[in-house]
Amino acid sequence: MRVLVCVKRVPFTGGKMVLAPDSMALETRHLGFTISPHEECGVEAAVRLVEVNTGESVVLTLGPPEAIEQLRDAMALGIDRAIHLQTESAEWDPEATAAAIVDAIGADEAASGPFDLIFFGNESADSGGYQVGLLVARALGRPAVTGLKGVKVEGGSVRCEQEADGGRDVYVVPMPAVLTVKEGLNLPRYPSVPGRMRAGRKPVATSAPTQAPARLEMVRLVVPPGQGRRAEVLGSGASAAPAVVEMMRKIGVA
Amino acid sequence: MLLVLVEQTGGVASDPSLQTLTLARSFGEPIHALVIGSAVDLSHHGVAVTHVAVHDELDSFAPDAWAAILGQLADRLGAGAVFAAGTDRGNDVMARVAARMRLPLATNCIAVAPGPPVTLTRQRWGGSLLEEARLHSARALITVAPHSVPIEPARAETRVERFTPQLKEQELVVHVAEHVSTKGGGVSLAEAKVVVSGGRGVGSKEGFAIIEDLAGLLGAAVGCSRVVTSAGWRPHTDQVGQTGTKIAPELYIACGISGATQHMAGCKAAKRILAINSDAEAPIMLNADYAVVGDLKEIVPAISAELRKRK
Ligand SMILES: Cc1cc2nc3c(=O)[nH]c(=O)nc-3n(C[C@H](O)[C@H](O)[C@H](O)COP(=O)(O)OP(=O)(O)OC[C@H]3O[C@@H](n4cnc5c(N)ncnc54)[C@H](O)[C@@H]3O)c2cc1C
Ligand SMILES: Nc1ncnc2c1ncn2[C@@H]1O[C@H](COP(=O)(O)O)[C@@H](O)[C@H]1O
Repeated sequence: MRVLVCVKRVPFTGGKMVLAPDSMALETRHLGFTISPHEECGVEAAVRLVEVNTGESVVLTLGPPEAIEQLRDAMALGIDRAIHLQTESAEWDPEATAAAIVDAIGADEAASGPFDLIFFGNESADSGGYQVGLLVARALGRPAVTGLKGVKVEGGSVRCEQEADGGRDVYVVPMPAVLTVKEGLNLPRYPSVPGRMRAGRKPVATSAPTQAPARLEMVRLVVPPGQGRRAEVLGSGASAAPAVVEMMRKIGVA
Repeated sequence: MLLVLVEQTGGVASDPSLQTLTLARSFGEPIHALVIGSAVDLSHHGVAVTHVAVHDELDSFAPDAWAAILGQLADRLGAGAVFAAGTDRGNDVMARVAARMRLPLATNCIAVAPGPPVTLTRQRWGGSLLEEARLHSARALITVAPHSVPIEPARAETRVERFTPQLKEQELVVHVAEHVSTKGGGVSLAEAKVVVSGGRGVGSKEGFAIIEDLAGLLGAAVGCSRVVTSAGWRPHTDQVGQTGTKIAPELYIACGISGATQHMAGCKAAKRILAINSDAEAPIMLNADYAVVGDLKEIVPAISAELRKRK
């Protein structure tokens, strides 16, 4: 079985959002980078499927040269090889991103055969477009199911579970298929030291796609006005308990 | 004219869909609504025409079929823009409309103005950051971030029309085959009036006993941060945040949680937040209404004891 997972490099912001001087990106000089927790679950799902069914797992990212870090992270968890679509630093809009991914999938499938499953995050952590996976699925003519918290391969089909209305909606679709997943699908493993060592030697195919013009064009970023809250300190340590219970009574919850 | 997809349960429109109708009216009129399955009364929400799509195969949700219907109706009416709520289903269906019609889609908008180009403000990072953008398209596709626009009613003479879509077999391949109910006992996190949440500061799986005890006394749900779910101390269904559950309780009690933006994205709709943290400078202090500084392992049991004393 062949499985692909698409991941996006994003900054790991802390307690507050700080913009770069041009307001077109976050100030990232003091930040680490990661992928979305949704996509981490996609990576874990891909690794597990290939562990059980044998075959090959591939990770793909479209991003700056530094995004090699996220590809190595995925390979440290067990992904076999990587495709890096290198861009200059600025973010691409969803249509341009999807078009480049479709081309890369076409090229890889021409050489190595079709991917049975292609995983995406339900939405990217930063831009949250909720669409790259569905745009790719349509271009490939494959069925797609979104927001999954359960994925099980059953013969030539895949059983997909999505949270809905106090329960789960179940879809069964034929493979090859495109699946977008959410955190909670599984509990991703941590990379081992040997895993990290092996990741450094796994193959990465790098190319530089051309960017389609953005029809969703970012003008600038804005940090939303704060809630204007400055906590009223009710006390410190255990002696604050009576004041806390008073507050609860006043607002009618105790 | 604008076309708005309205989601419903049992003939009642969802709140996010009514919020979407409000934002759409600020963009332009007249408003046509599409409902799938059974009719919904939208005469209090400024809708000129409600199109009710009826088809034998639409008893269960099929996102490609919904996208086909929305696309066919938008073409037939010559809609200048198509709106839907930024719910799981709304975003899913609209991304499929974007894909089949080759149109750009802006998701989770909180403001939009007609163009060309359409100008809009949309949420990033689960609402912790905003993006001002231009949408270059003859037909704008927009989803509206849930709970970011208040519902404003508007009376209208609403005409109801039946719409019979043409569906291809392949548009029905992806459909809900079965619904499994997982409603257990206990208070659901999304709907609880009070949520008591623990973060890394709780220290261990066993450490949650004091959190559960306090939650029990308050009839509250237990929540947690991502550090806690990643460590396997609590199931992911308890996680509050951008990639967890979004909550809006009367009171949110955050114990040993630093207040990362991705956590706050899930609880910023709480009416009040009480932070219990040993660090008086933790970021959560700038987002909380009340704070107790100190060790949660002493403070949480003391609050429980005080509640028991007063019962
Ligand atoms: C794309 C993305 C999505 C994310 N989604 C989510 C999400 O949905 N939900 C989420 O929670 N996180 C999410 N995160 C992770 C988030 O950025 C933080 O890493 C996480 O919320 C931190 O959890 P924490 O506050 O429990 O831990 P920490 O940040 O380590 O904070 C622990 C706090 O406990 C306090 N403390 C320690 N000991 C005690 C004690 N004995 N008594 C009182 N206080 C004590 C410390 O002062 C500190 O403030 C996401 C991250 C990314 C990149
Ligand atoms: N630059 C990118 N490189 C690789 N995958 C991406 C990229 N952008 C988005 N994706 C994938 O598409 C999903 C949805 O993204 P979005 O439509 O931006 O919310 C993400 O969770 C990723 O799996």
